[in-house]
Amino acid sequence: MNSLILNAATRILVALMLLFSVFMLLRGHNEPGGGFIGGLVAAIGLTLYAIGHGTREARRALRADPRAIAMVGLALAILAAALAVIGGDSFFTGQWLFIGGSEGEKGLPISSVLLFDIGVYLVVIGAVLAIVFALEDEV
Amino acid sequence: MSWLLVAPIMLPISFAILVFLVREKGGWGRWLSVVGCVLHLAVSVALLVEVWNQGVIASQMGGWPAPFGITLVADLFSAVMVLIAAITGLAVSVYALADIDRRRELLGYHALFQCLLAGVCGAFLTGDLFNLYVWFEVMVIASFGLLVLGGDKEQLDGGVKYVTLNLISTVLFLAAIGMLYGVTGTLNMADLHTAVGEVENQGVVVMIAVLFMIAFGIKSAVFPLFFWLPAAYHTPPVAVSAVFAGLLTKVGVYALIRVFTLIFTQDVDYTHSILLVVAAFTMLTGVLGAAAQTEFRKILSFHIISQIGYMVLGLALYTPLALIGAVFYLVHHIVVKANLFLVSGVARRMTGTESLAGSGGLYAASPLLAVLFFIPAFSLAGFPPLSGFWAKYLLVKASLDIGDYVIAAIALITGILTVFSMTKIWAAVFWKPHPETNGSGVVRLPRQEWLSLVLPIGFLASLTLIIGFFPEPFYVFAERAAGQLLDPSAYVAAVAGAD
Amino acid sequence: MEVALALIVGLLVACSIYLMLSRNVLRFIFGLVLLSNSANLTIFTAGRLTRAEPPLIPTGMPAPPELVANALPQALILTAIVIGFGLFAFSLSLVFRTYRELGTLNSDAMRLAEPRTDGKDVVDDSKTQRGEAS
Repeated sequence: MNSLILNAATRILVALMLLFSVFMLLRGHNEPGGGFIGGLVAAIGLTLYAIGHGTREARRALRADPRAIAMVGLALAILAAALAVIGGDSFFTGQWLFIGGSEGEKGLPISSVLLFDIGVYLVVIGAVLAIVFALEDEV
Repeated sequence: MSWLLVAPIMLPISFAILVFLVREKGGWGRWLSVVGCVLHLAVSVALLVEVWNQGVIASQMGGWPAPFGITLVADLFSAVMVLIAAITGLAVSVYALADIDRRRELLGYHALFQCLLAGVCGAFLTGDLFNLYVWFEVMVIASFGLLVLGGDKEQLDGGVKYVTLNLISTVLFLAAIGMLYGVTGTLNMADLHTAVGEVENQGVVVMIAVLFMIAFGIKSAVFPLFFWLPAAYHTPPVAVSAVFAGLLTKVGVYALIRVFTLIFTQDVDYTHSILLVVAAFTMLTGVLGAAAQTEFRKILSFHIISQIGYMVLGLALYTPLALIGAVFYLVHHIVVKANLFLVSGVARRMTGTESLAGSGGLYAASPLLAVLFFIPAFSLAGFPPLSGFWAKYLLVKASLDIGDYVIAAIALITGILTVFSMTKIWAAVFWKPHPETNGSGVVRLPRQEWLSLVLPIGFLASLTLIIGFFPEPFYVFAERAAGQLLDPSAYVAAVAGAD
Repeated sequence: MEVALALIVGLLVACSIYLMLSRNVLRFIFGLVLLSNSANLTIFTAGRLTRAEPPLIPTGMPAPPELVANALPQALILTAIVIGFGLFAFSLSLVFRTYRELGTLNSDAMRLAEPRTDGKDVVDDSKTQRGEAS
């Protein structure tokens, strides 16, 4: 689509939406949000870019093949699930690490749940963009 | 024991990621795929041994207790299905070394193949109905991709029919899950075993049972619902259609057997009588359809349908002996059917065509291939002492035991007609001389290609021979598996006590 | 409310079956989408409709303080919608590819994989049918 307004607007909108998607991803830990929603927001931003500037330009901006992004995300998710086996729990059990934590003080909690969510985020971006780019290329 | 249950699912997914990421690096992808299948086979054997020694094992994902969390369960039936899927997967992955062209490799054949294996094993191992739906979808999406991969016109044509009819099945499955949740409040299969009996309005339960029957019936290609199968199975490369023929419909049969032995056993007179009629028609229409076909893979596709009839028959009779027969039949059938498709691929490569009229002379060109065709083909038809004979014998005996002579007669007639089809292929493809008499008719394959095509065929054929000549341990095994199906108390207890 | 939703589900299924009876594959796909949405609504209705708080647990409490809505049907529907989205996108691009390769959307005219053996050609009447994608 060749529209000056869309072209100009997407440049700002894409950056905003990508930032917002990361915010959604991290916020999902304790409040509504999460990897799935975040991934969708990011994918919508990049789709907008693809509509405004064409898929070739969008692929170039993305740098990686969207399917490869999805695969890396899947690998992260599996890794997060498998970490539980190392900890001796059953598969998918969340593993927690409290950095700098002491009695009554949680410190900075880092968990395999977050890793899983990042994996979901990447899978959603990759899968949605793979579908969108394929459809845009065809039509 | 958690990892033993998870490994048969997670290994193929991990290898799917690996082979996808290295797909542009020459032959790495296809060899990694073989390595993945070898490891998969190893963990499947370990799982089966564990289940044989320990009884039913179960694990709760994420440590959430049943019935709230997702359960993975392996009883003997699940474990043997996983093992047989791994065996088929290994054979096909070796076959694919020579059968899949570079273009399809770049499009991601090996990754999709591994995803398909993961979906199949997930469906076998899950103990939760909604999770079963999810694994069905993983399997179905991978199979869609494999079926139309490469995008030949014939593939697209068959793909449209396959995709649309399978989508109806998944939607029906989903609706049935929703309604079952509405009346029982749970989706854990072991929990449903008791919960379904406590529902006041049993009429609703029967209605839901029939909805499940239709959904799984489309998947397993039983009588009035099978039309997608002969439309699609002969179009993709052989390495795709062999794994479809061996595994996909059998997942539907597995789901039918699981659901109609564990959950819907309240009104056996009604539901299982429907299944009995369906089984009879499936056997007959499949084999008659095959008789009308004139192409190698099309004949085999119709035979899948008639063979599904036998397995459903075992479930429908619902006696211990019949279920033993059904389990035995499933194991024997997957090996034999995948093998026949693999043979059809070699035959096409050597004679240049799939039509019976245009090919011939294979016996003269390669007696070894002829023998390797003979074993699964006549096992399929039920010749003693091959594996199919024992499977058919058990089912026919089970129907005679309860005095159902009509269904026994139909099973025997179907067997005879199967012999007719197999002799038709034998006579046309192997025995008669190739119609092009100028000597260029049958092509000899290069040594490496020949090895990677014939090794898996020989491997599967020797399995058929082993089951045929030493049926005793397999019978004992099937007996125990069927015992667990008929009396699910061990299954329920394992799920309730899982952590 | 349950009755109203049940009626809507029925209406959706009726519309989808009408669409799926068409020989035009694209209409068939649209019918499937409606059908899958009606299945999602079925789950939603079957999970009981209650006016209650969202199932969130406040800080410092082990369980929600009062009656909360049943979150499970919604989780199931979310999963089903995601899967349905993927399947629909796939089938749409498949149908599009097929249309470009075979030049028709009429399922009766798609006989490449199963050619007729009686020698009769299928008349492609899709051009005269309403709803032919152009």
